[in-house]
Amino acid sequence: MTVMSYLGAIGAAQREAMEADERVVIIGEDVEANVYGTTGGAGKSRADKGDFLQMFGANRIRNTPISEEVIVGSAIGAAMTGLRPIVDLSYSSFLYMAMDQFVNQAAKNRYMFGGQASLPVVFRSAMFYGLNTGAHHSDRPYPMFMNVPGLKIVVPASPYDAKGLLRAAVDSDDPVLIFEACMLWGTKGEVPEEEYTIPFGKARTVREGTDVTVVAISSAVPEAAAAAEQLAEEGISVEVIDPRTLVPLDRQAILDSVGRTGRLVVADPAHRTCSAASEISSIVAEEAFDALRAPIKRVTTPDTQIPFSPSLEKQLYPARAGIADAVRSVVGERQLARS
Amino acid sequence: MTPSHDTLLEMQRRMLRIRRFDERASKMVKRGHIPGTVHTSIGQEAQVVGAAMALADGDYTAGNHRSHGHPIGKGSPLGPLMAELVGKATGVCQGKGGSLHLADFAVGSLGESGIVGSSIPIATGAALSSKVLGNGKVSLAFFGDGAANQGCLYEAMNIAGVWNLPIVFLCENNQYALSTPAHTVTSGVIADRAAGFGMPGVRVEEGQDVLAVFDAVTEAVDRARRGDGPTLVEVVTYRFNEHSEGLRLGVDYRNADEKALWLEKDPIVLFRRHLVAEGIATEEEMDALEAEVLAEVDEAVRFTDESPFPDPSVAFADLYTDPTPGPSVDNLIGATA
Repeated sequence: MTVMSYLGAIGAAQREAMEADERVVIIGEDVEANVYGTTGGAGKSRADKGDFLQMFGANRIRNTPISEEVIVGSAIGAAMTGLRPIVDLSYSSFLYMAMDQFVNQAAKNRYMFGGQASLPVVFRSAMFYGLNTGAHHSDRPYPMFMNVPGLKIVVPASPYDAKGLLRAAVDSDDPVLIFEACMLWGTKGEVPEEEYTIPFGKARTVREGTDVTVVAISSAVPEAAAAAEQLAEEGISVEVIDPRTLVPLDRQAILDSVGRTGRLVVADPAHRTCSAASEISSIVAEEAFDALRAPIKRVTTPDTQIPFSPSLEKQLYPARAGIADAVRSVVGERQLARS
Repeated sequence: MTPSHDTLLEMQRRMLRIRRFDERASKMVKRGHIPGTVHTSIGQEAQVVGAAMALADGDYTAGNHRSHGHPIGKGSPLGPLMAELVGKATGVCQGKGGSLHLADFAVGSLGESGIVGSSIPIATGAALSSKVLGNGKVSLAFFGDGAANQGCLYEAMNIAGVWNLPIVFLCENNQYALSTPAHTVTSGVIADRAAGFGMPGVRVEEGQDVLAVFDAVTEAVDRARRGDGPTLVEVVTYRFNEHSEGLRLGVDYRNADEKALWLEKDPIVLFRRHLVAEGIATEEEMDALEAEVLAEVDEAVRFTDESPFPDPSVAFADLYTDPTPGPSVDNLIGATA
C-alpha cells in the first residue's frame, strides 16, 4: 500500500495498462505534455516532463488536434481492429462535440453488426464543476450516457477505485466512459502498488448504518460520508453506498440496504431531471416500495446552468449540509408516522 | 500496372453482382419482402468495384447508407447479405443491422452507417490501428457528395494527415444528396479540398470506367501502403435509381437529358464492350458470366427464403460482450405474442 492522490492513481493505472499490453494506446489533447497529470509516470500526480512519451514512444502516446468527433470515432475504429485505446477527452463538457460517435457508433456497432465487432475502448473525462469555470466546463453529463444502451458508465469516488476501475475498464471489451470529478483530484488514499481490478456492477458500502440509506455518486460520496459522521452524533445511523459503476448498476446492493433501513436519500451532482438519482429512486420505488417507511429524497443539482460567480455556484451541488438535512427529513417522517 | 485477365473478369463479375443483387432487392422492397427501405448502387458499380478491388483482401472499408455494393465489391458472398436485408437469422448481422448497417468483417467491411459521414472516423481509426500495429493494412472510407460537407471528414483528413495514416478518402460523387444537386450546396471542387490538408486530391471524371477508378485508387492505396499517407479521391458517377427504393417525389429534380446521357454510360455495358473489343472475353463468355451471377442471386434469395427469422430473445444479445445485467425477454412488457 502507498498513499496516492486520485489523479496519481489514474496515472498509475494507465502506466500499468500500457506496460501490460502493447495494444493499449493513449490518445487525447495535450497528453504528451502531461497537462492533466495522468500521463506523467509512476504515481506522481504531475511530472516535469512527458514521462509516458519517453516510456512508450510517440506511436502509443498520441497528441490529437482539437477534434473530438474524429478522436472518439477513430478510437472506436481502432478498437474494432485490434487496439485498446484510452482516450483522454479532458473535460466532459467536450463530449457533446462527439455525440454522434458515442451514440451512433460506440454504443451501437457491436449490437447492429450482430456481435461481429467488439469495442475495447475507454473514454476518460473530467467533470470540472465547483471550480468557477462557468457553464462550458462544469457539466456532469453521465446520466445522458446512462440513457444510451451499449455504453458502460463508471464514476470513481476514491483513489483506490480510480485505479482499480480504470484497469477493469481497459480490460473490458466494451466501450467504457469514466467520469472523474475534479473536486476529487487531490483526494489522497491508500492504494495498492500491485495491479488489481474492481469488477463493474459491485457497489461499495462506504459506511454501514441502520436508519437511512444514502446512495451517493462521485464527489457526493465524501460529502455523504461527512454527513453520516455528523448525523451519528445526533443518533441517526446512516448507511452510505457508492455504486461506483452506474452501468452496470448494483441494483441488489441498493435494494438490500433499503430493505434494512427503510429509507432512501440519493445524492447526485448531476441535474435533477432524468438523473442517476431519478433512476435509482425509480428502481427502489418499483421494487422495494413495501420496505419504504418514508418518501425517497433526492439531493441533486437544480435544473439550471452553472453560473460563474462563486457565490452563485457553490450552493448548487450536493454537500454535507444538504445531505444531512435530507436525512433528517426522512427520519422525521418516521417519527411522525410512529407518533 | 495492367490488371491480369482474371482481375478484369472479376471486376465485371462483381459489378454484375451488385447490379443484379440491387435489382432483385428493389423488386423485393416493392413486393413487401424486404422491410424498411434500401438504397441501390445501380449505375455506380464502376466506382464501387474499381475502389474495392484496388484494395487487398485484408484491407478495411467503411461506408454509408448506399451500402450493398461496398461489401459485395470487397468479395462478400451474397446469401448472408440478402438474408440481412430481409432480417433473417442467417443475415451477415444476424438480422440486427439491415440494409443500412451491413458489415462483413470477414472481408474487412467494418460497417455501413445510416448517418452519412459517420463512418469516416471509423475507417480512420482502422488506419490508426494498422499504423500502430504495423500490419500493412490500408483503410478506405466511402462517402457521398452529401457527406463531403460533414465536418467529420475534415477532422479525419487533418488527423490522417498529421499522423500520416494509410487511408483513402473515397468520395462517391453521384451528384445528388437525395434531391439536392451537389453544386447548390458544395462550394468549389471536392477533390481540391485535399490541398488544404497537404495531401493529393484526385478527381476521376470518367467514374463509369472501372479501370479509371481502379487506377486512381490503386495509386492512392500504393501510396498509403508505402507509408506516404492519405489521399482524397473524388469519383464522378451517377445513380440510375431513386435515392431510395419506393421513394416517390412529385417533381423530378433530375433533368431528363442529363439522365439519358448518364444512362448511355452504363459501366457494365461499357466494360463488357471493352473486354470483348480487347479480346479478353468473348460475347459467349460474357453471357455465361451474366447467367452465373444471376444464378448466384437466385441462390441468395433461396437461402434467404429458407432461413428462419431470429428468435425474439436475440434482441437482447450482443449489446455487451459480457453478461452485464441488462434487459432480457422478461422486459418485453406488453409485447404482442
